[in-house]
Amino acid sequence: MTGTPVPGQGAGPARGPEALPPRAKLAVTASRVTAAISRRAGKGSGSVIGGKIALRIAPDLLAQLADHLQVVLVSGTNGKTTTTRLVAEALRAAGPVVSNALGANMPAGITSALAGAGDARFGVIEVDEKYLSGVARDADPIAIVLLNLSRDQLDRAAETRMLAEKWREGLRGTEAVLVANADDPLVVWAASSAKDVVWVAAGQMWQEDSWSCPSCGGVMHRPGDDWYCSDCDFRRPQVTWSLVGEEMVDPDGQVWPLDLQLPGRANRANATTAAAVASVFGVDTASALARMKNVTAVAGRYDVVSYRGRNLRLLLAKNPAGWLETFSLIDPAPAPVFLSVNALDADGKDTSWLWDVDFTRLAGRPLFVLGQRRLDLAVRLDVAGLEFSVHDDLAGAVAACPPGQIEVIANYTAFQQLRRTIKEAQA
Amino acid sequence: MIGMSKLRLVWIYPDLLSTYGDQGNALIVERRARLRGIDVERIDVRSDQPVPTSGDIYLIGGGEDRPQRLAAERLRRDPGLGQAVARGATLLAVCAGYQIIGHEFVDDLDRVEPGLGLLDVKSGRGPVGRRCVGEVLADVDPVLGLPPLSGFENHQGVTHLGPGVKPLARVTAGFGNGTDDGSEGAYAGRVIGTYLHGPVMSRNPGLADLLLTWATGVPLTPLEDRWHEQLRAERLKAVRAAAS
Repeated sequence: MTGTPVPGQGAGPARGPEALPPRAKLAVTASRVTAAISRRAGKGSGSVIGGKIALRIAPDLLAQLADHLQVVLVSGTNGKTTTTRLVAEALRAAGPVVSNALGANMPAGITSALAGAGDARFGVIEVDEKYLSGVARDADPIAIVLLNLSRDQLDRAAETRMLAEKWREGLRGTEAVLVANADDPLVVWAASSAKDVVWVAAGQMWQEDSWSCPSCGGVMHRPGDDWYCSDCDFRRPQVTWSLVGEEMVDPDGQVWPLDLQLPGRANRANATTAAAVASVFGVDTASALARMKNVTAVAGRYDVVSYRGRNLRLLLAKNPAGWLETFSLIDPAPAPVFLSVNALDADGKDTSWLWDVDFTRLAGRPLFVLGQRRLDLAVRLDVAGLEFSVHDDLAGAVAACPPGQIEVIANYTAFQQLRRTIKEAQA
Repeated sequence: MIGMSKLRLVWIYPDLLSTYGDQGNALIVERRARLRGIDVERIDVRSDQPVPTSGDIYLIGGGEDRPQRLAAERLRRDPGLGQAVARGATLLAVCAGYQIIGHEFVDDLDRVEPGLGLLDVKSGRGPVGRRCVGEVLADVDPVLGLPPLSGFENHQGVTHLGPGVKPLARVTAGFGNGTDDGSEGAYAGRVIGTYLHGPVMSRNPGLADLLLTWATGVPLTPLEDRWHEQLRAERLKAVRAAAS
């Protein structure tokens, strides 16, 4: 079915929020005013508070706003923001796009982004894993992207398999086309209740959350790239799109080089997924890829910035699967690596996940440890037998660092803090 | 282990019970043994493999409700761990693993599941709406000669201790067994159960040394524990500041 135009979705002029009923219009205005006040007060973009106000006035606002758009939802533990950006770039080949590009991915943030849709034809929306079923119900999407599921902030989030179960229930019978990662058994379990699925071989380095069969509990076997349950018939589905090394193979078997500016295997996987999505919307692969290749950084991630005369590449990694993918894309030894870890509310307050990360992959590099929970990280690296130094702040670490571009890997709030520090120094 | 060339460290079911960085305890025991010149053979037992009976130290970690049930089903069919404990092997079980080695626990289908009965405890569901999540600080039974335990807990279950065990520790912060009597964990002989992950040994290397002492039967040379100690101090300070 890929490559065909979407039925029932005329390509005529989009009707913007002007066509909304009065109550919804009022809600949109209130959301914009609130967001502007919040921005002026220096409290960030204001999109979340604006969206919350709007949803209180018109609880079905998200659905009404989405009604004017051809919507694609993007969810998963890792790669949401980047894939959302890549899909948005690709669909711009076919028309204007509205997107929650900065990652405000719960209903309030999504509503707020859609309220600014203007004459957009496509809505490309990143959705937090926990809210996917609800947003999928409200937004009536054409396509839903399921990237991957792995452990993340277990002290405040749902258990990983429970999330897969919720997706499976929520997406059962959906009219949307699912674009799903065939290499993640939890994603396959979640997606296989839907009737129309485009399977993508997007790969998955982290496998520790799917050793037991989500269907029957049997032990999973993983010879090479394949996987199957030893006790039931649950196994890897036939794929139509594949990431193979540095290249992508489309459903016709045509091979496309993925010379992206975004680094790493995970981003080649995200681009392969985005090309499959573009195809669902009738955007040809050559146009989609050409646009995706222009993306250099996403919400500050992968950005190379200058700080105290040094180049720092900023990499966000929030959970074991993310750290593993990030280790695979950084420059080889002896490139220096900064590691910064916090455990504030937005990170999850439990640091035990550090022990799921195989830090021995960093052996041979100068390692500099930062962040609110730098001592947790120090113990972890010490037990791994690695050499490292611990620093109270970025300036101290940079001063002690040998020459060369510095790879900086940080979890969520640590990443935001580093960006702020660098921005202040540049000002 | 005594008179043997190698310490056999057995990590049970990492495919099911390794949700909260449980590998950390295995890595820390392994490292602290090696730093003292003790040769270690680490054996990771997947849930479709038999548990060896000849281990010196056994570790079981934490997991989500469904893997916990699957692990219990498979361990009940495997006499390996029971035989090892009966001949005096050392066992540390954390969270879901702690519940499994008791007499019973409640599974993901709300059924009472039999455990392995290696520790005289029974686990059930805690009060609705209360999940025990957060930092824990607990004074260890003085008999064991350890400084206060610091760790992180995340569990719905509560564990009631029978006459055959003693509480491992008394909480000064956090929930522990969740039974509102301040108890945390349980131990009897060389078997310890605890709700603390973190993993527990990252902040409490003394616990790793206790297991090693039990397993080797000889006193251990002290180690330079700079990072463990700094982390402990920082966590103790943070928890006490939050409590006051």
